[in-house]
Amino acid sequence: MTAATTAAAAPGAPVIKVGVQNAFLLVLRRELALSFRRPDQLLQPLVFFLIVTTLFPLGLSVQLSLLRDMAPGVLWVAALLSSLLSLDALFKSDADDGTLEQLALAGQGLYVIVMAKTLAHWLVSGAALVLASPLVGTALAIPEMAFGTMMLSLTLGTLTLSWLGAIGAGLTVGLKRGNVLLSLIVLPLAMPLLIFGAGATDRAISGTSAAGALYLLAALCVLTFTLAPFAATAALRISLE
Amino acid sequence: MTGAFWAMGGYARYVWPCFGFAGAVLCWNLWSARGHLAAARIRAARALAMNAGENV
Amino acid sequence: MWTWFYKLASPPHVYGVAAALTPWFSALAALAIGYGTIAGLAFAPPDYQQGDAFRIIYVHAPAAWLSLFAYTTMAVAGGIGLIWRIKMGHAVAAATAPIGASFTLLALVTGSLWGRPMWGTYWAWDPRLTSELILLFLYIGVMSLRPAFEDPGRGDRAAALLSIVGVVNVPIIHYSVLWWNSLHQGATVAKIGKPAMPGSMLWPLLSMLLGFMLFYGAVLCIRVRGEVLNRERQAAWVREAVKT
Repeated sequence: MTAATTAAAAPGAPVIKVGVQNAFLLVLRRELALSFRRPDQLLQPLVFFLIVTTLFPLGLSVQLSLLRDMAPGVLWVAALLSSLLSLDALFKSDADDGTLEQLALAGQGLYVIVMAKTLAHWLVSGAALVLASPLVGTALAIPEMAFGTMMLSLTLGTLTLSWLGAIGAGLTVGLKRGNVLLSLIVLPLAMPLLIFGAGATDRAISGTSAAGALYLLAALCVLTFTLAPFAATAALRISLE
Repeated sequence: MTGAFWAMGGYARYVWPCFGFAGAVLCWNLWSARGHLAAARIRAARALAMNAGENV
Repeated sequence: MWTWFYKLASPPHVYGVAAALTPWFSALAALAIGYGTIAGLAFAPPDYQQGDAFRIIYVHAPAAWLSLFAYTTMAVAGGIGLIWRIKMGHAVAAATAPIGASFTLLALVTGSLWGRPMWGTYWAWDPRLTSELILLFLYIGVMSLRPAFEDPGRGDRAAALLSIVGVVNVPIIHYSVLWWNSLHQGATVAKIGKPAMPGSMLWPLLSMLLGFMLFYGAVLCIRVRGEVLNRERQAAWVREAVKT
């Protein structure tokens, strides 16, 4: 990756050198600023998360003890689905107005841009879900002693999901009705996540050690974090070229 | 063939549908592939005819 | 020495080779599957534990093996198309996908029918069954992604990338019975040393495995020809090929 990026094409304009780290932070700040400018769009996945977790107890009208048994699964499915909702927008608006192509042409390389955008996405959606999870956990009768494991597993899981979703978003960014296809692509890849994440929470609820499942979840997260950025960058290049 | 063969030791209703479905999948593969090739040939012939028509 | 390999990048060559190979693959497949089915159903002795139900292995195991083999082929061929920009890679990947998906479905259905008498249930969320089901979803995802693009070349490249991402699932399926406490039995044939099966049971199984592979080859050759034609419609050599 080169260490310089050129400014706009105005002749005689100064050349601004931006290092890789600064480019990353720049894009990250831009993404967060853009997200917070539309607080309603920020809150929508969160509200979806809360509504979906409410649907299950309403629809199944179970007693508290049965609710506790279902709780990890319900929590995780809801988190998965609401993360998916906001993934579509990861690259779309920038691709639509041509910003993405400009960013791709910039010297830092698309890899840094993708890293920054995905991290911003997680901060805005996944992190929000993790913070909201104790509230939802209480509603689903999850005991407080399991909250730590629940939040840790959700953190690891939503991080991994943001990365998997970036691959799907990169592949579908140019498609008109890419939303459903995005879910179709990402959900099978996310199934192992669901199994280990819900499994960890489940074990924490029943009092046994969730360490094994958490380690596996962490391993999945590291694997995805290492390899997915390359795949997402390649996907974007395919969509943009 | 004896009745014992068809009975498959009592497991007939599991074994025979398996082999039946397997046969169906093999047949579907052959039929679908040949249809795919036929359609591709028609489309190619049509594209060539259109090009020939343009060049006249 | 490697000319035969380089020639495989040429569409008319691939078309011709596929056409030539199809009758051979078909005939050999018919023989192998014929022998395997007859010997497996009529001549192999019943299993002392499972009785005659074990005969399902003669369709279930080859289907499962092929589902993995086809996915790997699809990912490798797609990778060749993506990395070296060889269009024939994409043709093979596109041709292989529906075949592999159908075999995955066959493996799941025959496995389910086998599980009912043996485990008492049509389905269990155990690692191998779950990951094989995920494989089916991955196939469907790849097959849905390819036609979604207006530019078919872009669709090919996107599908190739997705299939490469999903190939992680293949070793998970294979090793799931080793890594986790699984309901599904472990490796019977692919062990080093004496296989766990007597010859009269094993030979029909190996024959079915070979037969399914040859069948896959035959169907692949037919489909590849269609895929090549679809990608090379404007080329000059197509005129000759389509005339016959």
